Amino acid sequence: MSHQSTYNPQTGFEKWLDARLPIVRLGYDSFVDFPTPRNLNYWYTFGGILAVFLVIQILSGVVLAMHYVPHVDHAFDSVERIRRDVNYGWLIQSMHANGAAFFFVAVYLHMFRGLYYGSYKSPREILWILGVVIYLLMMAAAFMGYVLPWGQMSYWGATVITNLVGALPVVGEGIREWLWGDFAVGNATLNRFFSLHYLIPFLIAGLVILHIWALHIPGNNNPTGVEVKGKGDTLPFHPYYTVKDGFAIVLFLMIFAGFVFYLPNVLGHADNSIEANPLVTPSHIVPEWYFLPFYAILRAVTFDIGPISAKLGGVLAMFGAIGVLFVVPWLDGSPVKSMRYRPIAKWCFLIFVIACFGLGWCGAENPDNLVFEFGGVGMKFVVLSQILTAYYFAYFLVILPVLGFIEKPTERPASIEASVLGSSSTTAPAE
Amino acid sequence: MKRFIATFAILAAFAAPALAAEGEVHEPEAYTWSFNGPFGTYDDRQLQRGFQVYQEVCASCHSMDLLSFRNLGQPGGPFSEIRHPETDQLFANPNDNPVVIAIAEAYTYTEIDLETGEEMERAGIPADRFPNPYANPSQARASNGGAMPPDFSVIVKARSGGAEYIRSLLLGYDYEVPEDVHLLPGQHYNYYFPGGVLAMGPQLFDGAVSYVDDSPETAEQYATDVAAFLAWASEPHMESRKSMGLGVMIFLLIFSILMWLAYRQVWANVKH
Repeated sequence: MSHQSTYNPQTGFEKWLDARLPIVRLGYDSFVDFPTPRNLNYWYTFGGILAVFLVIQILSGVVLAMHYVPHVDHAFDSVERIRRDVNYGWLIQSMHANGAAFFFVAVYLHMFRGLYYGSYKSPREILWILGVVIYLLMMAAAFMGYVLPWGQMSYWGATVITNLVGALPVVGEGIREWLWGDFAVGNATLNRFFSLHYLIPFLIAGLVILHIWALHIPGNNNPTGVEVKGKGDTLPFHPYYTVKDGFAIVLFLMIFAGFVFYLPNVLGHADNSIEANPLVTPSHIVPEWYFLPFYAILRAVTFDIGPISAKLGGVLAMFGAIGVLFVVPWLDGSPVKSMRYRPIAKWCFLIFVIACFGLGWCGAENPDNLVFEFGGVGMKFVVLSQILTAYYFAYFLVILPVLGFIEKPTERPASIEASVLGSSSTTAPAE
Repeated sequence: MKRFIATFAILAAFAAPALAAEGEVHEPEAYTWSFNGPFGTYDDRQLQRGFQVYQEVCASCHSMDLLSFRNLGQPGGPFSEIRHPETDQLFANPNDNPVVIAIAEAYTYTEIDLETGEEMERAGIPADRFPNPYANPSQARASNGGAMPPDFSVIVKARSGGAEYIRSLLLGYDYEVPEDVHLLPGQHYNYYFPGGVLAMGPQLFDGAVSYVDDSPETAEQYATDVAAFLAWASEPHMESRKSMGLGVMIFLLIFSILMWLAYRQVWANVKH
């Protein structure tokens, strides 16, 4: 709901500026007086948390880039030098490395929230698609950033992932060499990854502006999924949501600080403290935890499908797992947004979340290890990841479209205000 | 039914060696370090002993390329508590620390004199890196039967299990060699090394290093001390990290309480 501007310039300077560049008006209308549904719960605070983390990553990254040396002979030592000799370098490096992990914690919760409350549905399709593009760019930035310290996992992770491109028929090998800038992952690769790693956050920042713009045209979705109908449904963004988001941000920063100061290496891998060595392959190559579900999907395809080799099939499944998110708004046919009022979809979504965690577990394990063993027979992780991959795709491609036809939604409140005032028996107040 | 049992027997036969191979990785022995936990700090005396063990035993094969002598006198380092003999003050600059200077001076560095172009020898200074025992990796391999002794600068971070693993590894030789482990000449069985076959033989023996304090001169004490020293070398700023962390956590706790109260205040009269 793009609303009428209520900004009223007071001072002479504000009036002068407003007639030339109404930037104060833009800020006022977007972040002070913006009408926001009154029933947003804490799941809606992750947008603000993500904005904070984008700023943390860019600021700490700019400082790190002043000291980092993007060269295969110096990269590893330069990161250690930052941790040892640069003033507070240990803090900045730890914030940046752990900040990436917490960025993903927040973005996954933000996405699960969007999927549960149907925030991708009309009229918010573009908002959702912009979000998926931001998520894709985040993955690219995180992957390239992980290569920069030039440890064993950096090098071998880069080798495994860039080799995936080589699975594409005909053009694959050419594209792979073009990405490498060489015939293997080497200095040219490290240099371009550093360049792109510095570029991508600013692309993300630009897309975030579009994301907020696309949010402020229809206005926020809310836990009831019922659109805003009148003034009684909304509150001004400030102070109601600045203070609520602010509280959530401080809580999230507390958990983040716990890792930065007390568990700085827990989310990393010991092998990445060994300098990259092309002649020694680590016994077990794993990506960072936030890529593990996709890594499991990649490795779940162990069979050829007609002319598609298992390797190419895995690559297609992995990219398909992200690609399918782009079309979710058109796969979900139900007119009801919030799964609060969708008795079957609610459970399917819960299983979907469990499947995502399960895939993460599979991604961290050796595919040939056994999930459980009973009297000599057991299930290998590769089988579990195949089952969970099947559910992942089925959720989007079968369950959501079919439920649109067969599911009977429960009674929804007439309006947000009605749900808050308790005139509807089906809803409890948010939080 | 017979076929069923036979199938099971075959499956079990296949599963057994797989399990044995996995059994090769043993969890390191648990040890309670002074630097464990959110308030743990390094024990200076232990770091000094550990440095002595490194110098006298490990340093003949293992480099620590990222460490300079000055690091030994930095806050949190082994010799950071040394006081000025007259003023009784700590040394603000580790380069002035007499113990650090004495350690550095004991080493000789060969350089080319920039004025004359002649090779010259000079004593070490606190700014010098720890000397590498080998000129390059090829020499290191050639001197160790083809195996490369890893650099120790970040070794505790680079091994899962950290300091406990290092300590266990150093004490992990007195175990019977399993039947499926075959050792070539120059190889040793180590219970804690993944796979069990290690080029390095046992290095620490009771009484091999003479401590100046009254700590027991046992292999176990040496292994514990040197593992603590290597933990410090991997994370030299751990103490300032934890002490700043305490301040940050207290600040955020108070901040979050204020935000919670502000939130309650703002939303007090609003149904939501």
